Amino acid sequence: MSTPVLEARGLSRSFGHVRALDDVDFEVYPGEVTALIGDNGAGKSTLVKALSGNLAVDEGTIKFEGQPIQLTNPQQASALGIETVHQDLALAPHLDPVQNVYLGREIMNKGIAGFFGTMDTKAMAKESRRAFDELGATVRSLTSPVGAMSGGQRQAIAIARAVHWANKVVFLDEPTAALGVRQTKNVLETIRRVRDKGIAVVFISHSMPHVIEVSDRVQVLRLGHRAASIETKDTSMEELVGLMTGASTRGAA
Amino acid sequence: MSDDIRDTDIKKAEFGPEAGPETTSINMAVERETQSRVPKIFKAQAFQIFLVLIVIVIIFSIMAPDTFAQFSNLRLVVQNASILGVLGVGMTFIIITSGIDLSVGSVLVFSGVVSAMVMRAMGGDDWGTALVGFAVAIFSGLVWGTFNGILISKAKVPPLIVTLGSLGMALGLAQILTGGVDIRDVPSVLTTTIGYGNILGSVPIISVIALVVILIGAFVLHKTKFGLYTYAVGSSEEAARRVGVKVDRHLIRVYAMSGALAGLAGILSLSQFSTTAIAGQSQTNLNVIAAVVIGGTSLFGGYGTIFGTVVGLFIPAVLQNGFVITGVQPFWQQVAVGAVLIAAVYVDQLRRASAARGASTSLWSHFFRRKNT
Repeated sequence: MSTPVLEARGLSRSFGHVRALDDVDFEVYPGEVTALIGDNGAGKSTLVKALSGNLAVDEGTIKFEGQPIQLTNPQQASALGIETVHQDLALAPHLDPVQNVYLGREIMNKGIAGFFGTMDTKAMAKESRRAFDELGATVRSLTSPVGAMSGGQRQAIAIARAVHWANKVVFLDEPTAALGVRQTKNVLETIRRVRDKGIAVVFISHSMPHVIEVSDRVQVLRLGHRAASIETKDTSMEELVGLMTGASTRGAA
Repeated sequence: MSDDIRDTDIKKAEFGPEAGPETTSINMAVERETQSRVPKIFKAQAFQIFLVLIVIVIIFSIMAPDTFAQFSNLRLVVQNASILGVLGVGMTFIIITSGIDLSVGSVLVFSGVVSAMVMRAMGGDDWGTALVGFAVAIFSGLVWGTFNGILISKAKVPPLIVTLGSLGMALGLAQILTGGVDIRDVPSVLTTTIGYGNILGSVPIISVIALVVILIGAFVLHKTKFGLYTYAVGSSEEAARRVGVKVDRHLIRVYAMSGALAGLAGILSLSQFSTTAIAGQSQTNLNVIAAVVIGGTSLFGGYGTIFGTVVGLFIPAVLQNGFVITGVQPFWQQVAVGAVLIAAVYVDQLRRASAARGASTSLWSHFFRRKNT
């Protein structure tokens, strides 16, 4: 098996007396969809925050392509090609899709116009449209504020933004939680397309059918610890639920 | 020519040669939008309020064609609004970040006082002294603005409280420095040129300075990364922070800019009135905020234009002038401006509500629909 693109060994993090992460191992392989599941409070969000540079850990090491790294802020993770789509999407509602995709990473004009701080809006619009098309994202308009768009469209924009900038790992925190049937289908399709580009996708979800449908590997967290790491084709919905709740145990790494 | 090529490129990118059947509805939506792009400007609140201003001007012009609708009178209106225009640029940026700056009037006075004292101490009546006065005034304002910005962004004290505090502090310090007595020694090079001088025959220099500030402000807000970040911070501070926008630093810069513009307004005021007018700016902050809000900038942040602010400044100014000329008690101006202000915020609320529904954001269609149903 190839080297994991992102790997965590023995991560621990406490909030006061609560041990949110308790000696967790975790690994993500390129070109695979890794589902991260667990009951509420199992430590999924804490783990994602730690791996995307949003949270410091008390103990443990994080390796990127085999090399130990220190992640201290999200920009550092971005520089490595790791992007996160948060549950609240983190889009600025008054800005249009292009401005949101490029916010913080604008393409500046060259020469004197760039010296005065103007941006190459045409290049950004073109690249954004390409990013949306690549994922088959239904973006109604490139110039309307995203706040006026539907939940599915906003989700698509947030994912397209993450994929546009990530070339190694994308974390998707419950991307289907607020979506209808058709939009959910689009998001799952998007996840497959991202994986086929060779990017590792970490898919956090409470929906077992979606996990089974889209993932290649499932990692189950329970009480801040990894309860199991199994290939999706070797498991079933019932077993995953059992692992999440502690009713069954198996193959803990 | 190059524009044409880029347009086709974008079109190609927008519609995509490989667009499948799934994207047909998107293409239709895009086309619908390109068709409606021209009238988009007519939907902006700034444009609607501009029409209101035009109507007011026309009404007064009919009522008093020989007095109101004269170039000399309109020139006076523009001249009187110039200082507020300089302040309005900074205030527009601040309100777009969903902040507020109550301290502009006091900072104006403080900067004027410090600048007047420095120029008096130098004793000269030449452009060298005047330039030092400019620099001192702008720097004083910059310091107050930076003070506001640091407390708001780093200490997390709400803008309303910080600037209410610095309003009192700047005014109090100005009175301590002068002992409460206005300074009236202003170099005559300032009063005769910027104060009541003209260029091109009869265009007031002070208005030209204000226009330059407004144009630069509009360029920075609408065309640069600095402006984009201003909208982003006001729209969603969290979203901006997560993508790496240095939100604290940006807020400090925006408040510092507003302070510096208040400092510039301080020396302009000194030139225009030949006195520090310590007691004369108690309503300035509210007048500027009213103008910005009437111009369609949202108090909730993320939305606004410099053009709207300029229009919002002229509505009170024209009403005041028109009422005096037509013999209506000028006190009616306050009543009318108050009503316009409330109406403007009401319209903003409607727009926010309909934007949240993804519906049309036009004010007219809203009222039109109401009448029909």
